[in-house]
Amino acid sequence: MTSPAATAAALADVPRAAGRHADETAFPPRERYHDLVEAYRTDGFEMLADLCAVDFLTHPGRDLPPGVTKERFEVVVNLLSLSQRRRVRVRVQVPELDPAVASVVDLYPGADAMEREAYDLMGVRFAGHPDLTRILMPEDWEGHPLRKDFGVGRVPVQFKEAPGPR
Amino acid sequence: MTDHLTRHGGGVRQASRIGSAETSEGAQELATRRATAPDELRREVGAVLRIPEGGVVDAGDIDVERSDDETMIINMGPQHPSTHGVLRLMLELDGETVLRTKPVIGYLHTGMEKTGEELTYVQGCTNVTRMDYLSPLNNELVFSLATEALLEVELPPRAVWIRMLMSELQRVSSHLMWMATNGMDLGSTSMMIYGFREREMVLAFFEKTTGLRMNHNYIRPGGVAADLPDGWEDDVEVICETVLRRTYEYDELLTGQPIFRERTEGVGSITAEEALALSATGPILRSTGVPWDLRRTMPYLAYDQLDFDVVVGTYGDNFDRYAIRLNEIRESIKLIRQIVDRMPPGDYRVQDRKVTPPPRARIDESMEALIHHFKVFTEGFRVPEGEVYVAIESPRGELGCYLVSDGTSKPYRMHIRGPSFVNLQVAPVMLRGALIADAVAVISSVDPVMGEVDR
Repeated sequence: MTSPAATAAALADVPRAAGRHADETAFPPRERYHDLVEAYRTDGFEMLADLCAVDFLTHPGRDLPPGVTKERFEVVVNLLSLSQRRRVRVRVQVPELDPAVASVVDLYPGADAMEREAYDLMGVRFAGHPDLTRILMPEDWEGHPLRKDFGVGRVPVQFKEAPGPR
Repeated sequence: MTDHLTRHGGGVRQASRIGSAETSEGAQELATRRATAPDELRREVGAVLRIPEGGVVDAGDIDVERSDDETMIINMGPQHPSTHGVLRLMLELDGETVLRTKPVIGYLHTGMEKTGEELTYVQGCTNVTRMDYLSPLNNELVFSLATEALLEVELPPRAVWIRMLMSELQRVSSHLMWMATNGMDLGSTSMMIYGFREREMVLAFFEKTTGLRMNHNYIRPGGVAADLPDGWEDDVEVICETVLRRTYEYDELLTGQPIFRERTEGVGSITAEEALALSATGPILRSTGVPWDLRRTMPYLAYDQLDFDVVVGTYGDNFDRYAIRLNEIRESIKLIRQIVDRMPPGDYRVQDRKVTPPPRARIDESMEALIHHFKVFTEGFRVPEGEVYVAIESPRGELGCYLVSDGTSKPYRMHIRGPSFVNLQVAPVMLRGALIADAVAVISSVDPVMGEVDR
């Protein structure tokens, strides 16, 4: 697949792999993530279809192309080009000690709720997001439930007294 | 907590918070103007300004200086009957005009993505099917397709076509449900009864085929759970014939009716640029004139072998979205009839004992079959390491599944891209400058299913 000008420049020496389903995947370093997404947008990827985060705490041995440093978190962005009818995936490694990455809300306003969800459930911060608050969990919730070190445990639910025997 | 209070300031609100402290969502809520940073206020007021190209609203037109005394922030939901579940909207009003809107969600969050990591791939469908409860088969389909992509199994043609049949029937039932609730939101209670009546026919067929009216766990990795029941062609033809005939009755009831048109035309309009920038898909994107339907543009299953039209609108208003959904019912019926004509014979699931359990009869005579049966239902099958993103066109838009496997029998990470969750972001844009009376109609037109929004 040939990459148009802007993407080609931004993709220079960014490790890439062809995923399954022929989705092209790029693994930019954290500093170049925003520029790369911007280049994709310039080159006709009109829509950010999906954004989510993955915690690789208990699966460190995953397969990554050479040149990519493995970190605990990964932010996965699926971009969609309606004009070219194809998708690309961008996977950014985000370290555990400073789980932050640039926000792409300025490029794709639709990333707003998705980045809030990733922050809420995975604790990855998005620098430059205008309103980075919890979205699904209650405001006073402690921790980020989709992290692998967050237990699946149950929260005790109080029921009204069960009816006694008749 | 002190931080919230300073942020939200405002005497009236502070007083009202005392009673509701336990249910407060803090910074997730819509704050008063005094307590909102100018940048954020500008973004919220002209929700469209978020779009980088701007242009739609001139920054100078926006009256950021308006004082809190002139406006009022009200809550709509989470228990409002017209918000389709537990959606809560916070609206800033000037008289009857909506100035700012913020959806506050999460009241139905049950951690289904986390639960999905604890269930095997065999059990996974029982979990995802409960997300979008109005089109459960689509959820099962996208999860199964993602699992099969990682497994690299090839399905027998009959399984593919049964899946298509069921997912088109699901689209019919989901759109009928939408017609019903939309009718009720606009005051047409007859439409509500009619929509439910027709939907019941489809659900009865689902019950006959899958055993359940909803949450079927019918489409599974490797195929479908059971073959179609005897005489299914006749059942499906009755559904097609009845529903198609009745869509013309809906036309008479609603489409040409002046009151209905007044309430929908030009209300909640959105441009193609806005819809694309906000990642809206499905009928919302098509109502703006973008012919984007994954069944056509990125075909999955065997949709490339079928003949159907992608229905698009022009103005991106509520009426266009109504017309699109009504006509998509007709297109789906067209598709269903083609599928019935061309349904191939053969297996309804892949005959790979590592993925699908053996038939019940084999278990009594073959030790190996017993072992396979036991393994599939206790440990589940192992899925090769990798990651995949699969998207299908659900009645609400692009339904995606991002699946990461670490080589075990449980997904390492299962993320569902719910179209309702993403589409809900267009509500503030559609509602900007609208009347409070239209808010209900606009929400209905977005068609959010809260089970999928909150997951």
